[in-house]
Amino acid sequence: MPDTLIANARLLDPATSLDAPGALLIRDGVIADFGPGLSAPEGAETVDAAGACLAPGLVDLRAALGEPGAEHRETIASAAQAAAAGGITTICVLPDSDPPIDDPALVQFVIRRGEATGSVTLLPYGAATRGCAGKEIAEFGLLREAGAIAFTDGARAIGDARTMRLALSYARGFGTFVVQHPEEPSLAAGGAATEGELATRLGLPGIPAAAEAILVERDIALARLTGGHVHFAHVSTAAALDRIRAAKAEGLAVTCDTAPPYFDLNETAIGDFRTYAKLSPPLRAESDRLAVVAALKDGTIDAIASDHQPRDADDKRLPFAQAAAGGAGLATLLAVTLARVHGGDLTLLQALDLLTARPARLLGLPAGRLAKGAPADLVLFHPDRAWQVEAGRLPGKAQNSPFDGRALEGRVLGTWKAGRRVFGR
Amino acid sequence: MTLPYPHRHLLAIEGLEPPYIADLLDLAESYALLNRSGQTQRDLLRGRTLINLFFEDSTRTRTSFEIAGKRLGADVINMSVSTSSVNKGETLLDTAVTLNAMNCDLLVVRHAQSGAPALLAQKVSAAVINAGDGTHEHPTQALLDALTIRRRMGRLEGLTVAICGDILHSRVARSNIHLLTAMNARVRVVGPPTLIPAEVARLGVEVYHDMRAGLRDADVVMMLRLQRERMAAGLVPSSREFFRFYGLDAEKLAVAKPDAIVMHPGPMNRGVEIDSAIADDPARSVIGEQVEMGVAVRMAVLDVLSRQLRRNA
Repeated sequence: MPDTLIANARLLDPATSLDAPGALLIRDGVIADFGPGLSAPEGAETVDAAGACLAPGLVDLRAALGEPGAEHRETIASAAQAAAAGGITTICVLPDSDPPIDDPALVQFVIRRGEATGSVTLLPYGAATRGCAGKEIAEFGLLREAGAIAFTDGARAIGDARTMRLALSYARGFGTFVVQHPEEPSLAAGGAATEGELATRLGLPGIPAAAEAILVERDIALARLTGGHVHFAHVSTAAALDRIRAAKAEGLAVTCDTAPPYFDLNETAIGDFRTYAKLSPPLRAESDRLAVVAALKDGTIDAIASDHQPRDADDKRLPFAQAAAGGAGLATLLAVTLARVHGGDLTLLQALDLLTARPARLLGLPAGRLAKGAPADLVLFHPDRAWQVEAGRLPGKAQNSPFDGRALEGRVLGTWKAGRRVFGR
Repeated sequence: MTLPYPHRHLLAIEGLEPPYIADLLDLAESYALLNRSGQTQRDLLRGRTLINLFFEDSTRTRTSFEIAGKRLGADVINMSVSTSSVNKGETLLDTAVTLNAMNCDLLVVRHAQSGAPALLAQKVSAAVINAGDGTHEHPTQALLDALTIRRRMGRLEGLTVAICGDILHSRVARSNIHLLTAMNARVRVVGPPTLIPAEVARLGVEVYHDMRAGLRDADVVMMLRLQRERMAAGLVPSSREFFRFYGLDAEKLAVAKPDAIVMHPGPMNRGVEIDSAIADDPARSVIGEQVEMGVAVRMAVLDVLSRQLRRNA
């Protein structure tokens, strides 16, 4: 492969706070050099960035893929296509597939399927409990040896306190952590929307927002008890974020992420029974959305993940309470996050940090930064170019975007995986 | 009707402007008089097909729509879809395709899921009438309740209406709250906290957990059906405890206005939410008249929606 020089770019590396014009040279799949005044070596192919932003490829901390088990919704190949169009070069894959990823051979299967795409690295989570059934903890040691990055039951909460205690405690022995879907299951059972005025008007069974804080509070106590590391996924309420903020101040091993719907939309998006906006956890009140934005600003939230959940038309064209929860999120991750930059809540480097270096650091990955010798996983984007999300015309198979119709600014122009251009041009 | 009805369907009371509600009630009133005079057969809907599509059992509402349709000359077809075969819901849209092929003009839908008629309305060419969807709305019930009240009390504005019992699961309560507050009645909801929906006060009602306080000086006492599965789900401990504190008997009714009327959408659970002595007291109970007004209201709704069909034809 010839060398590639991406010239005339705005280089952005949140890990080092670099934000400067310059060029970047790719050689043998890694970043050979970058900076101002770099010129193309002989035989190198030059890409003129025309002033666009060049940043590390995004590290998506949380996505469910249709494969294995729900290939009618999405295949890994189609997810990879959506990821490349969204500037994502690493995806942490949830294990609550069919079959659940609770066996070392299945971990290796997912990794190999990712390698076969040539455009995205798939890092599977191992199941926290066998079959993601919430009862006995899975073989963390063997799964970790096979390549599992951490442990979770995906979209299912680990509801039993003793099981969670054991998982946190046992994970600690292998230097890894447990990701919780923070929603007290007995309060969430049968619910379709956040309890409150809107759910009352629509006659939808509600889930109290407190269901999140209750499980967060319990698991913080268990982290204190065990010394284990708990990570809360897609945190969406002010009350839960307050407890996480306090736990971090106390010095506990507590981290969390959120997803774009929780800082870009509120519960009114489900008005008139719009099932594409049915998510788990459900969209919240505006006051909670604002609390999520504040927690992104002050650093309480460690990462922004796509929380991608592919669904097909049959899953969504149903009465609201019967429709499947979950939204497609790969192609819109960067642009919806940039809306917080355009809105003045985050700096561009802060936003990128939440999408690259911070999740990479959490996972101990070499990805998510511009560094000499690091893999040339890169995204080139125009921060202001406008486009409109249109379900049915998104890249990849899953079209169930909760942002359908949303006008966004920020367009991916090119994506490189290990030096190879996988999107754009 | 002085105003042309502005919608293609009747899916909910929420969002319906007061002048249209008043017009519908006036038209229903005229149908009530016609029905009583025996001059019922008209040919307003001749050649029109009305399909009663019921995914949930209901004898009363289905029959009421059937009579209303036939009195206006429509061809009425009843389709009962057994609940067991619709768990997945795909059949809902499959059904829509079938109905379109049959050139159905007016579609009356009852479904156990909130929003199901709205979903069907997006896919069918017929005018859709929501005959009860989950715990969302039951607009024709609210209209017939309002007509019954108006005939008895002469007005809606300024009346105090206490809606009592399982508000949480009641589509009848929601539609009544929207209609009565829109018409400037004072609405109270009365029930145990476990059966009151979250933030229901934001719908413009006052919330009471004590029956006597809630019924004090009320003009209208509207009782709701308490379904047995609510006990099974632990929302109330037992039917005897519920009847003791929230069942309507003569003693509790005594604090309402002396001429207060008692309503129930049916079917009643005697001895759970209402004492038989009250339900059968012709001086207080208007439950029979509610059924009669049901036919008149549904005739008015079919009339108005079919005018839309004619205009679009």
